[in-house]
Amino acid sequence: MQRKVIFQGRLLPLALLAPQLAITVMFFFWPAGRAIYQSLLREDAFGLSSEFVGLENFQDVLSDPNWLNAALNSLVFSGCVAGLALGLALFLAVQADKSLRGVTIYRSLLIWPYAVAPAVAAVLWLFLFQPQVGLIGRWLNAVGIGWDYRLNGRDAMILIVIAAAWKQVAYNFIFFLAGLQSIPASVLEAAAIDGARPTRRFWSIIFPLLSPTTFFLLVVNLTYAFFETFGIIHALTSGGPGQATETLIYKVYVDGVQNLNLGLSSAQSVILMVLVIALTAVQFRAVEKKVHY
Amino acid sequence: MEGTAAPAPAIPPAAPLAEPIRNDALLRATRRRRVVSRLIAHGALLLGVLIVAFPIWMTLVGSTHDANTIGRGDVPLLPGIHAAENYATAWNEGGGRTHTTPASVMLRNSLIMAVAIAIGKIAISILSAYAVVFFAFPGRMLAFWAIFITLMLPVEVRIIPTFQVIVDLNLGNTWPGLVIPLIASATATLLFRQFFLTIPDEFVEAAKIDGAGPLRFLKDVVLPLSLTNIAALFVILFIYGWNQYLWPLLIINDRSMETIVVGLSKMIGRGDSQNEWNTIMATAVLALLPPVLVVALMQRWFVRGLTETEK
Repeated sequence: MQRKVIFQGRLLPLALLAPQLAITVMFFFWPAGRAIYQSLLREDAFGLSSEFVGLENFQDVLSDPNWLNAALNSLVFSGCVAGLALGLALFLAVQADKSLRGVTIYRSLLIWPYAVAPAVAAVLWLFLFQPQVGLIGRWLNAVGIGWDYRLNGRDAMILIVIAAAWKQVAYNFIFFLAGLQSIPASVLEAAAIDGARPTRRFWSIIFPLLSPTTFFLLVVNLTYAFFETFGIIHALTSGGPGQATETLIYKVYVDGVQNLNLGLSSAQSVILMVLVIALTAVQFRAVEKKVHY
Repeated sequence: MEGTAAPAPAIPPAAPLAEPIRNDALLRATRRRRVVSRLIAHGALLLGVLIVAFPIWMTLVGSTHDANTIGRGDVPLLPGIHAAENYATAWNEGGGRTHTTPASVMLRNSLIMAVAIAIGKIAISILSAYAVVFFAFPGRMLAFWAIFITLMLPVEVRIIPTFQVIVDLNLGNTWPGLVIPLIASATATLLFRQFFLTIPDEFVEAAKIDGAGPLRFLKDVVLPLSLTNIAALFVILFIYGWNQYLWPLLIINDRSMETIVVGLSKMIGRGDSQNEWNTIMATAVLALLPPVLVVALMQRWFVRGLTETEK
């Protein structure tokens, strides 16, 4: 943690730290503390006065069927996004790890969607799946599969899952490929000498050796699907139709910004903070394990 | 990415037996299997690339036809002839039916935001990591943990109270209000700290003997050594900044400060078929081009920055 040879001085290091500490206190500790404080208060309908209500906001949130619906949506959504993005990326990474002609071109062509903003990804897929204009949307309706993401909740969920997973495949691909390339060739050769076919080699050797990468990516993907996909949902469905695609983070936005219910919104923020801290803790334990495997 | 992807030979080369075994059925079967495996790999990768690229292709195509062709639902698979006018409209007047903010203005705003966030994060992180690594002072670990813990809370989670802070400070609709809260993050600080710890002690001793103070050492030794790290981080943070959505959506309601990602999503409205899809698609292309170009041109730094910040 500490170097042996260092410079002397007390004021200079504090001055160097000051900008980051100031920003951290002002835009991190202050708002986080405020969220916790507000989650314990309830304002009257006109926002004129507020009273201390203890944990009532949390009780309200946790027993609110709309919140439970949003929690369920978040689970379904992030599970589907993580599963789809991880599966596809692993498959592609295994193919791109073979020594092929032009393999670097494939790799370059597969990683750039990472740079596309979630909301822009949403617009791209909307243009394909729009029921009257989009190529795929029209085709689905033409072959008799009724498709309209604006009316059917399941369709809306499928559309946001596709847009969110498409972007995340690139990220997972980069990490899986790095993981695959760090597996020593000698282990695979030994297995080949023992007569293990490629499929067997994949499931008995490659997949277990990749498991730290997979686990790390699983946590990152879940975090991504929970928090960073706000843009996709806001641009495509606004949580609808009904509340079919309203996730937890979207509900914080709706209750806080549109309904101006600060107590309820803050309580939800605090619940989400606890969730993120838990996810981060799990991730750090996984990283520790990765060092030792 | 350029790492040697060592092939796993299905059969190890048995050198002394090579000649008599050449016509062996086993060897032929192995060769055939390897060819098949390569064909499968090529097929799968091509399919993957096509799936990844298809939405972009259709967006490009959509940006080159007129609004009526698209509105009728007859989107062709090949580009049309209206590219110039669509892009000119999007650039000068804005896309979609409402023609709100010209893309040129929104692109400028996004560029300011992305560059300010990237440079700001890098600057404050280098300074604070330098203080934590090269000095011993009371409160050092406290400061480190205070910064470290910000890793845990993405801005989305504490969005409403942060917004209230900005309102209290009267920073709504201003560049500082847009940029500064997004600069508070620990990833860059951690990365620089890790790197600074690997700088040999001899460098510091030599600097001291030569009479160089800590600021001189930072400027003449540490910064030049950190250039690759800075480049890698810049790519990641530029993309992070360019793609911000929820924060600009809340903090900016002055049309002249609209960023292109938020502006684009406002153009779709409820996803009507009667919208001006041609200019929307032109705007989408303009919105994704800068970050995609950054990744394509700086791929090596990008992959490096990504895998190192996430450690």
